[in-house]
Amino acid sequence: MSHKAFPREEYILKGHAACPGCGATLLLRHVLKALGPNTYLVIPACCTSVIAGPHPRSAFKVPVLHIAFAASAAAASGMVEALEKLGKPANVVVWAGDGGTVDIGLQALSGAAERGHNLIYICYDNEAYMNTGIQKSGSTPYKAWTTTTPTGNLSVKKDVPSIMVAHRVPYVATINPAYVNDLYYKLRKAAQIKGGLKYIHAFSPCPVGWRYDSSLTVKVARLAVETGVWVLYEVENGMFSLTGPSKALVDKSKRKPVAEYLRLQGRFSHLKEEDIAEIQRLVDEQWERIAEILREQEKG
Amino acid sequence: MSDGGKRILLTGNYAAAYAARDADPDVVSAYPITPQTPVIEKIADFIASGELNAKFVRVESEHSAMAALIGAASAGARTYTATSSQGLFYMYEVVWWAAGARLPIVMGIVTRALGPPWNIWSEHSDFYAIRDSGWNMFFASSAQEVYDLTLISYGVSENPDVLLPSAVGWDAFEVSHTYEPVHVLGREEASKILPPKGAWKPPLTPEDPSSLGNLAYPEEYAEVRRTLREASEKALGVFREVATRYSRITGRNYAGLYECYRCVDADALIIGMGSIIGEVYRAVDLLRERGERVGALKLWVYRPFPYEEVARRLENVKLVVTVARASVFGSLSPLGLDVASAITLGGLDVKLVDYAAGVGGVDVYAEDVVGMYEKAKASRSGGFWWVR
Ligand SMILES: Cc1ncc(C[n+]2csc(CCOP(=O)(O)OP(=O)(O)O)c2C)c(N)n1
Ligand code: SF4
Repeated sequence: MSHKAFPREEYILKGHAACPGCGATLLLRHVLKALGPNTYLVIPACCTSVIAGPHPRSAFKVPVLHIAFAASAAAASGMVEALEKLGKPANVVVWAGDGGTVDIGLQALSGAAERGHNLIYICYDNEAYMNTGIQKSGSTPYKAWTTTTPTGNLSVKKDVPSIMVAHRVPYVATINPAYVNDLYYKLRKAAQIKGGLKYIHAFSPCPVGWRYDSSLTVKVARLAVETGVWVLYEVENGMFSLTGPSKALVDKSKRKPVAEYLRLQGRFSHLKEEDIAEIQRLVDEQWERIAEILREQEKG
Repeated sequence: MSDGGKRILLTGNYAAAYAARDADPDVVSAYPITPQTPVIEKIADFIASGELNAKFVRVESEHSAMAALIGAASAGARTYTATSSQGLFYMYEVVWWAAGARLPIVMGIVTRALGPPWNIWSEHSDFYAIRDSGWNMFFASSAQEVYDLTLISYGVSENPDVLLPSAVGWDAFEVSHTYEPVHVLGREEASKILPPKGAWKPPLTPEDPSSLGNLAYPEEYAEVRRTLREASEKALGVFREVATRYSRITGRNYAGLYECYRCVDADALIIGMGSIIGEVYRAVDLLRERGERVGALKLWVYRPFPYEEVARRLENVKLVVTVARASVFGSLSPLGLDVASAITLGGLDVKLVDYAAGVGGVDVYAEDVVGMYEKAKASRSGGFWWVR
């Protein structure tokens, strides 16, 4: 898709309260453009509940239900059912942070996925609880600094997209703000698939929490893909495929070293050589698993 | 299909399900918990048989049940749910959200004690716990009252001056599982007293994009909460209006907000809510036989609390005994506190004695109530006690 095909209409208005360089806001801008005005947003407690701007106005030009932290997928379920009953078809989109998805909201998300509600659930993953001041979430990467892991996080990132695949939802995909064509393609596809929950996991750089200069958001996002730390893929009815630049990266030689990605961010500045080597090993392992999945699918 | 104004044998829980059916909700969502389960099973049957054309969201928790209704109501749907005890507490966060977002959700609360230890029998501690959330709160003491108050709730909740959720409480087992003849209106008759569907404007539509529940700075927050309070105050008048209309069709009149038993010449009143009141009435009869001028008052409307109406009733009374089915610690019971407020605000000189009784489903008999009254009468000052 050429950039000329992106809608001109803006659904995030002036006066929003995002930090400069906020990856989440960049993502949401394009998500709303891709889906258009007949879209309801359901937003649990997170940075975006502040970004939307204060009552009684809103910086988002679509209807928004702000809801309690754990409740977004369930609220969206009820909304989908209501709109169907009232004969008012629309896109219902949950827009939730990683904390609100992989931790406190996981039960409601799992329930909505199992029930097959026709909604799009997007987790914008800034890899920590940012709204409350950069605390570790279940999505914080190995060794990353946060205010509650001052010497580096020791757990590995919870893989919620795979958990959603295990729920057999019709569509799971990842997106990244440096690859907007890929984002439009996936969002429009998700909107067209009826009968089931569509889960999208979004890479969401956060200059404040990741400790990098706000001008570097797109660079950090691109490096995440180029180093293979973040994989662009989709899983349609169980079929896994790499998308965009990730397609070429099964070949290890095409991947940049993870150090290039880590070096840009203050949250990894304490890493020793062996930590970086360990992270590289984890990334390589992830790609071996992907190669294995692709081989298995090939065999049928 | 309509029962066209029939009298049928129903438990309190089935009466709630019939009322929900006759209210014709668009979306129902619930999570099972004893003793609420028959309510949602019956609603599921109504939907399966085509008697009710509603979407049923079978959620994975109570938190999600209330959240689903918040989502549904914010898009304009009429909604229903029911819960009990731990379920209500698991839902608690979003119970406040529903009221703050001004959504006319209707919920049944089959009152049950809270753990530990586990106990499935009646107590009103769960019901009382949401009293400051902004919900309208009604209490039924029979299956008929469950049916009637549930239908009336929709009229109160969906009134554009109110737009607040309503809860109807009734006792575990004593009402929830006991069969009684209940006069059921059927959809058509019920629709004559219910507000027409779509009479209130859904807060969220793509045509007029706005935002529900976003961040508010202190001044704006206070303003929103103040308007909520005003709406809650209006709910009393709206309840009277709806109840009066309801009485024209059914002959059953709740517009008085409470029922008074033998209280015209009473100089002492016993106040309670729910199934205990039957034994309280019997105690009044026993005491009257002995020449005591005692009456009883059964509250139907608990929030907004009818302070003035209760105070007016207490003007010629010297002693009030409140009987609250609640575990309370270091304080009067919620009901006792409310009646004490009514006395103080009314500038009355009435002795108040407050009892926590029937905790965790313990049976309370008329003889017990007589004992409470005697102890209260003999005591030189007011106070609060725990019995049985
Ligand atoms: C029940 C509950 N617990 C805690 C909070 C406090 N809280 C609000 S936002 C937030 C962090 C959200 O993190 P995430 O979902 O990752 O989104 P982000 O802020 O990073 O955008 C927390 C912990 C809350 N609002 N509700
Ligand atoms: S803290 Fe991070 S995610 Fe939150 S608004 Fe700022 S840049 Fe965006």
